[in-house]
Amino acid sequence: MSAPCIQVEGVAKHWPGQAQPALAALDLEIGEGEFVALVGASGCGKSTLLRLVAGLETPSAGRIRVDGEVVRGPGRDRAVVFQDYSLYPWLRVHENVSFCLALRAHFGPASLAEVEAAVARAHALLELMGLDAVRDHYPSQLSGGMRQRVAIARALLARPRVLLMDEPFGALDAQTREVMHELLLRLFQIEHHTILFVTHDVEEAIYLADRVVVLAPGPGRIDSIHVPVLPPPGERRPELKLAPEFLRYKQLVLERIRATSGVRHDLDKLDHLAELSRRARPD
Amino acid sequence: MTGGGSRDALWAVRGILGGRSYLVLAALGFASFVGGWWLLAASGLVDAVFLPAPDAVARRWYAWFSDGSLLVDVRVSLGRVLGGFSLAVLMAVPLGLYIGTFRPLQAFFEPLMEFARYLPAVAFVPLVMLWVGIGEAAKIALIWIGTFFQMVLMVSDNVRQVPMAQIEAAQTLGANRDEVISRVVFKSALPGIVDTLRITLGWAWTYLVVAELVAANSGLGYAILRAQRFLQTDKIFVGILLIGLLGLLFDQGFRLLHRRAFPWLHAR
Ligand SMILES: Nc1ncnc2c1ncn2[C@@H]1O[C@H](COP(=O)(O)OP(=O)(O)OP(=O)(O)O)[C@@H](O)[C@H]1O
Ligand SMILES: [Mg+2]
Repeated sequence: MSAPCIQVEGVAKHWPGQAQPALAALDLEIGEGEFVALVGASGCGKSTLLRLVAGLETPSAGRIRVDGEVVRGPGRDRAVVFQDYSLYPWLRVHENVSFCLALRAHFGPASLAEVEAAVARAHALLELMGLDAVRDHYPSQLSGGMRQRVAIARALLARPRVLLMDEPFGALDAQTREVMHELLLRLFQIEHHTILFVTHDVEEAIYLADRVVVLAPGPGRIDSIHVPVLPPPGERRPELKLAPEFLRYKQLVLERIRATSGVRHDLDKLDHLAELSRRARPD
Repeated sequence: MTGGGSRDALWAVRGILGGRSYLVLAALGFASFVGGWWLLAASGLVDAVFLPAPDAVARRWYAWFSDGSLLVDVRVSLGRVLGGFSLAVLMAVPLGLYIGTFRPLQAFFEPLMEFARYLPAVAFVPLVMLWVGIGEAAKIALIWIGTFFQMVLMVSDNVRQVPMAQIEAAQTLGANRDEVISRVVFKSALPGIVDTLRITLGWAWTYLVVAELVAANSGLGYAILRAQRFLQTDKIFVGILLIGLLGLLFDQGFRLLHRRAFPWLHAR
């Protein structure tokens, strides 16, 4: 593995009023330029971990370092792409994308050349993300897929070292998701970010990532880490999702999630419900 | 037939109504109000001293207008409303913005404001007269008391409606605290704040009339009070209708401003 970029060291998170910690003494290292997908049962602490790395929450114990520096709050080196509602509805698409250019952190006393380079990059990103035709639209006029493209472009324009994505495609339909996957893979051939990607979709996780981390709930901890032996991300094509070795990894990861999610109980309850329904319909 | 019906159907739940139909129905609403009033007055069931007919009111309106005092009264009242209201806005919007943004300020101010808004503004009239006399300052003070506290609470509520994701996105893009407040929180809350101002301006008119009924020698409220002394019911009607009309005018002005200033809310 290359030099570590994100180091999670013994991190725990207790939410006030909750018996069990959301995360307990978690260790994880993510290498420079690596794409790590985080999967696991609902409520196992995926978002909590991502928000801790973003600096949007503070750990109850342990520490997180990014490029050797301890995370103490949100910063422009770690951009976040949220699932929804994070675009600025009062700004047009191109204004949303260039939002960071108006911030002092990016352009204190900037030279003209720097500003020009940034504006050119904004143009290039709009073009790459297929947003040229809608650059003057408001977010409310866009489809869900288009909105997420804007959110990704906005994050990338800030030139972050790390990109944190929390179910960025969670609200999209299957076809749009597929398009976004190809877009992401292409994008990361050009820009080499370190990426932490939270998703519910195991197929998406295996297809996009170098490594897939399965979290187990109650308390949140790492269950297993999977390193699928597949072509490098840049050479993956949608057909890969049907290949036997891909399906084997998918099966494996799904089994781990199922084993840790405690869904088994619910099957007894289903029998119970069936019994009740039978009694309610005496015929 | 399905449960809800098509949204084009006239009585569909949250149905769609064309702009022209809307206008026609609104005009019908006003017409039926005036018609009912006219019928009641013409029926002779009610003495004209208590309920003057619409045409008598219209004649009085014209007479008041042509002797020049109506415009003076309107101007005086308008000045007071806008004075008291602007003062409240200038203080309430920044305060509400910070209360809605910072928890300690919320804890410090909000219970106090909740308490203050239940103090009956009208009961302050004698106090205000003691404190600032019966000049213009008294009317402005009363309008301020009647609107400021509500406005602060409503603005801070508007500010708290800003989605956390919008704030966090800015923070992770490198925005500092001032930038988050000025570029995200304020911008995001602004449409709601303008709506708050539209609603509170209506209350400002109410307190104007209270102030002018008690201590004034000009303005629409004062004109209404004097008309009562001379049993000029028609003039009272004109005064009331005028205030209603001015209120409607400002309301529509705010709505127009809303559409102009916030095109993204109306673009589809
Ligand atoms: N702000 C908060 N305050 C209190 N408890 C929280 C908070 N955020 C998360 N939790 C709790 O922490 C646990 C982990 O939540 P988290 O959102 O990280 O799970 P997740 O894996 O992202 O779930 P999902 O897949 O449903 O998004 C849950 O039990 C949740 O109730
Ligand atoms: Mg989550």
